[in-house]
Amino acid sequence: MTFISEEQIKKKLLKGVHDIPGEELYTSGHRTCQGCESALVMRQFIKAAGPRTVASGSTGCMYVANTSYMTTPWVVPWMHTQLGAGGSSAVGMAAGLRAMMRKGKIVDEKINVISFCGDIGGGDMGLSGISGALQTDYNLLIILYDNESAANTDIQATGLTTWGAQTTFTPTGTKHRVMHKRWKKNVAAMLAVGHPNVKYVATACATFPPLDFMNKVTKALEAGGPAFIHSLDPCPKGWDYHPRYSHEVGELAIKSGIFPLYEIANGVVTYNYDARKKRTPVKEYLLNQGRFSHFTDTEFNFVQSRVDEMWEEWELPGILPIKSGLKVST
Amino acid sequence: MARESILESVYEKEELLTGCQAVSHAVRLADVDVIAAYPIRPYTEVMDYISKLIADGKFDAEYIVADSEHSQFEIVKHAASVGARGFAGSSGTGWMYGFEAIVVTATDRLPVVAMVGNRALDDPGAFGVEHNDALSVRDLGWLLVWAATAQEALDTTLIAYRVAEDPKVSMPCAVALDGAFLTHSQHIVKVPTIQAAKRFLPPYNLGKRRLHPDNPISIAPQVNEDWLMEIRRQNFEAIKRAKGVIYQAYKEYNEVFKTNYEQPFFEEFMTEDAEAVLLGLGTIVMPAKAAVRRLREKGKKVGFVRLRWFRPFPTEELRSCLSRFKGIGVVDRDVSYGSPDLGGVVFNEVRSCLYPLAEHPSVVNFIAGLGGREISIEDAVMMYEETLKAMKEPSNGRVTWVGVRE
Repeated sequence: MTFISEEQIKKKLLKGVHDIPGEELYTSGHRTCQGCESALVMRQFIKAAGPRTVASGSTGCMYVANTSYMTTPWVVPWMHTQLGAGGSSAVGMAAGLRAMMRKGKIVDEKINVISFCGDIGGGDMGLSGISGALQTDYNLLIILYDNESAANTDIQATGLTTWGAQTTFTPTGTKHRVMHKRWKKNVAAMLAVGHPNVKYVATACATFPPLDFMNKVTKALEAGGPAFIHSLDPCPKGWDYHPRYSHEVGELAIKSGIFPLYEIANGVVTYNYDARKKRTPVKEYLLNQGRFSHFTDTEFNFVQSRVDEMWEEWELPGILPIKSGLKVST
Repeated sequence: MARESILESVYEKEELLTGCQAVSHAVRLADVDVIAAYPIRPYTEVMDYISKLIADGKFDAEYIVADSEHSQFEIVKHAASVGARGFAGSSGTGWMYGFEAIVVTATDRLPVVAMVGNRALDDPGAFGVEHNDALSVRDLGWLLVWAATAQEALDTTLIAYRVAEDPKVSMPCAVALDGAFLTHSQHIVKVPTIQAAKRFLPPYNLGKRRLHPDNPISIAPQVNEDWLMEIRRQNFEAIKRAKGVIYQAYKEYNEVFKTNYEQPFFEEFMTEDAEAVLLGLGTIVMPAKAAVRRLREKGKKVGFVRLRWFRPFPTEELRSCLSRFKGIGVVDRDVSYGSPDLGGVVFNEVRSCLYPLAEHPSVVNFIAGLGGREISIEDAVMMYEETLKAMKEPSNGRVTWVGVRE
């Protein structure tokens, strides 16, 4: 199996929306909600990857809502895997394919191995398995589609839910206005820093900036080793806003700096939206969503102060509070 | 040995091997593609040995040290889904940690073979043998077999792949070895040649169920109440069909390797004229056989039945075998808290199997050797005497804990 050069990768990247392949490999048959950005993640990653791909999907809304028996939307081979098996399922498929190609049991060719998991699967339960996968030298990509809740079980808080959000596990009440007191886990940076083997790590939003996510998938699949992408997917049902605003909510998350957008390859960080230079108020992002309807200025100011701290005081703004051998590209 | 007979030999060498090492050779001979390891005593030695075989270039496979048992079993499950032969294993609570993955390996019909080095489900800490770990898969669609010697461990592992991967079955198989007593005790083992192993074991072929871009299928979508019952039924039929495949596999194994497995499901020892027998799994056979010889010298008509396959359970065969005896003592190296008559797992299954008989033999139960405690010849003699005594008393269902300090 050979990998293409950096020049060739550049040629593969999409320059405009008209470059996007017309062929749909994630088609009708799923039952995702109106305005579902995670479904867009599915549609886009597989467009970028193409048909020579095997995919596994951890339990989550992109399993339960996506794949009903006999109405699968997947044109590529796809298999369900357990909630905490995002990493290990990718390792299993990659190892199986590599062993059989080496032994001449199947044709030696490039087959993309992609595993996707939600925020509770990837960011909480499956973290250990993903860590294991990123320690290997297999060519695999793990996509964490983060809609900030356990969305197929009626919106429960996870380790990646924004601080203070109302969920069915963290309702607002007369004694405790804020029940969700965990700050969102910094998954992508944690994985990038802790795993010297990982070839490519990125955060993404399916719609902003346009093409950014698909090009990141292309780069990840050509990275020559394990890769990880964390996408933030606004969820009308879980975040409580009108489905028509999904793209705008995603854009506000990036522009306000609450979800840093960057990629890390070869030890170099590139900001795809530089929130160090310009940030919109976080309140604009939060006010759009019913899950923060209980917030008063105290909560808005608290979140804003944490976001400001992340961009103004961290060693690697928006990514890491401490330095760890990474440099920022100019 | 003459040159001709060496060429014709299906065995490469005789070697002093532990049970774990014997299984490792079977994994090598089966040309397994993906192996996922995670340490826990006592099964671990199989992975130590396999890794050395790979390091020395004697065996080619992807060898992954996983981050947990859950990942271990997910890795081999997904390797099996893309058409690669997989091997994993565990012991005790490690097996339980992997349990979610173990469950879906069966429901997804992926014929992974796993070794269980039987170990107590601690807390409190105990490394020794207990059968509750492996028995926990008895209702899940795993084939489940116990070996009693290192040779049998090697043979059974090869047979396990043959049965599990048969298109009529396509279910995973657990090969259980008693912790320490078999995993770490050495026996002389005849190691087959790779050519002979290939003659016996066809390549793994998932056919239309293989996950590959050339075969773009969706595996395990949401079926809910619309289809789950039909799918359960298919898995149920597969395990039913496994019985015939097991007979066929042993027949083929005997033909290739000139072995002498008559009844694959259980082994009988001195039962021809026996009035009473003990029945058990795994290495209990050793003290039991010694006790049989000792008691036979005193004129007691006793024998031993060692059950190999627990799933599928050889209902008719075992019923017909055990109906010949007046007294049966089932030795359980497991506990089933609050079960019928407070007996062990094997006891209650054996008793249930005998229920349709018009005349029931007396069946008593011994809970013995928990946490790796040795079952001595004296213990076995005592169990035989109790079983003989029970024949004369209406004492069906008596459960005795052997050698427990009360």
